[in-house]
Amino acid sequence: MASEIVQVQGHIVDSLILPKVLDEIMDHRGTFEILAIEIGKRKTDTSRARLRILAPSPRILAQILKRIARLGALPLHLRDISLVRAPKEGVFPPDFYSTTNLPTEIRFRGRWRPVQRIEMDCGIVVEPTTGRAVCTPIARVRKGDWVVCGSEGVKVSPLERAREAQVFQFMGSAVSSEKPKAQLIKRLAREMRAIKRAGQKILFVLGPAVIHTGSAPYVERLIKAGYVDVLFAGNGLATHDIESALFGTSLGVRLDRGEAVKDGHDHHMRAINTIRYYGSIREAVRRRILKSGIMHACVTHQVPYVLTGSIRDDGPLPDVLPHVVEAQEAMRRHIPGVGMALMVASTLHSIATGNLLPATVKTVCVDINPAVVTKLSDRGTFQGIGIVSDTESFLRELIRALRV
Amino acid sequence: MPRSASAAPILLMCPPTYYAISYEINPWMSLKRPVHVQRARLQWEALYRLLTQRLRAKVQLLAPHPEVPDLTFTANAGLVCGRTFIASHFRYPERQGEEPIVGRWARLAGYRVARLEPRFHFEGEGDALWVGSTLLVGFRFRSDAAAHEPLSRLVRAEVLALELADKRFYHLDTCFSPLSAHTALWYPPAFDRYGQRVLQRLIPDLIAVSERDALRFACNAIVLGRHVILQTGCSERLRRQLQQRRFSPHPVELSEFHKAGGSAKCLVLHLSSHA
Repeated sequence: MASEIVQVQGHIVDSLILPKVLDEIMDHRGTFEILAIEIGKRKTDTSRARLRILAPSPRILAQILKRIARLGALPLHLRDISLVRAPKEGVFPPDFYSTTNLPTEIRFRGRWRPVQRIEMDCGIVVEPTTGRAVCTPIARVRKGDWVVCGSEGVKVSPLERAREAQVFQFMGSAVSSEKPKAQLIKRLAREMRAIKRAGQKILFVLGPAVIHTGSAPYVERLIKAGYVDVLFAGNGLATHDIESALFGTSLGVRLDRGEAVKDGHDHHMRAINTIRYYGSIREAVRRRILKSGIMHACVTHQVPYVLTGSIRDDGPLPDVLPHVVEAQEAMRRHIPGVGMALMVASTLHSIATGNLLPATVKTVCVDINPAVVTKLSDRGTFQGIGIVSDTESFLRELIRALRV
Repeated sequence: MPRSASAAPILLMCPPTYYAISYEINPWMSLKRPVHVQRARLQWEALYRLLTQRLRAKVQLLAPHPEVPDLTFTANAGLVCGRTFIASHFRYPERQGEEPIVGRWARLAGYRVARLEPRFHFEGEGDALWVGSTLLVGFRFRSDAAAHEPLSRLVRAEVLALELADKRFYHLDTCFSPLSAHTALWYPPAFDRYGQRVLQRLIPDLIAVSERDALRFACNAIVLGRHVILQTGCSERLRRQLQQRRFSPHPVELSEFHKAGGSAKCLVLHLSSHA
């Protein structure tokens, strides 16, 4: 679907120019949305209408634009972007264009070009020789890079409204603990199968509660069935997962009986120490020290994972990236091709991942605390659905719906 | 602002000293059908005499220029509104040479010269005609639709843009001629259905001319009060229709100008009002 915003002004009502513009759009199989209309109050006052035109293909859009340009309806973006050089390493020019996570195009040398790897709160760096535009985080900008400044020549497309009722429409973004979950999870399972059929990736973001609640076996089954393509987590998830694999406890609590064991509080430190001894999780798996759990399944099923550190981490595990900017970069490398992100029981990682995702990625946030789900959408990741649910029961239902 | 009524109409004309067919920018022009210079001169002079002597119009003359043969079609030079002269910006480069010549004349004649942004083409009175307090502008072949909005700010009146549908009638004044605030001559197939509806809604008494009369440029008439000056060869029926409405038709032979796709109206620009 291609779109363009046009404006037409003058005595467009009495001269039937406006109805004619609308007729031309529809005659060419396009549709329109009237964004704003101001009708002159006196006979001599002019009127003005701003329309968003949607066409099934860029070719048809070009035809429509050509037809209606003759009637005086012209695109609002007639000018190219303005480019200014970055003054220093890691510094944008003062007037830089700050991105959203929506599909974005720039007009450069009279042609619209898509911005690659779109992500919110970044700048757009353009290679003047090729016209290639890449969304670039502030830390990655190099001195002298050409950066888009101002908003002239930048076009942001809203997400298309899906024609049929889909799971992401089904609930909207509203978060409530009082929604029927079984139906929602069934539709989510259907959507996950569709994403896999389309050859896209599913990203999981998991918090340590997945282990504490004893849900790790469900995640292992999802990994084995091929529903997990990438995993983002922190030191906590990996540590407790390994703890449970080595000692049968999570934070010293036996997962099979739900009872605290004597001296169990140091199990997680012993788990970290063991992995540090072998140098990495992968090595511990290779030496058959680590024989079960989510991290084991990731290694044996070649599912890439990014573990990011935080200030309260014990250890951390040698696989954890302690430098946040490096960790962001490592996460970004896995974003292309992701069609859906499933975030379960993780506050900080969910928001961090939400910030990196384009709005076109379907996002599901599951947490027992409604505030986490709301927070994610408040911070701009508005494309997803929130499910307020206990982790264990959510994953159990999901496994059942996916029949894995 | 529409023209206000005054006693003697003032017109701008330009003698056809250098008039010739030296390019083809409309379906009428053909380099194979050159102009007979002497005959053109006689036809223009007959029109000039009719206007100045019989109908007592005041005519100002624009000096001809050897490089711009179509300067004689002064209707396309611009649009006069009070003391403002809205200069044309021609679509074809062949005629853009007329713009500085006309601009110079307008400044010397004491007009405030206004120009639309260069991205808009606008061909003056050829595409802009008053009906009462509304200015009608034709677009597509020569003028641009988008020009009507800045134009409405300049003339401070309602400006309705009409799309032309037949390239033989490339200017509004070739297919539409307002006779008064309520009456006009028109050739309906030269407009699309939207333009037809606008005209039907605006003008109660529309006289539709036949294709034959339209091709004789019956709608390219000069209207001075109740006098309508048009090319010879128009039908008896049209003459009767005009007379029934108390208009007196004055046929003039303008065959040499017809070769360039022009007729009576194209040869004059209104500098003041007519009743």
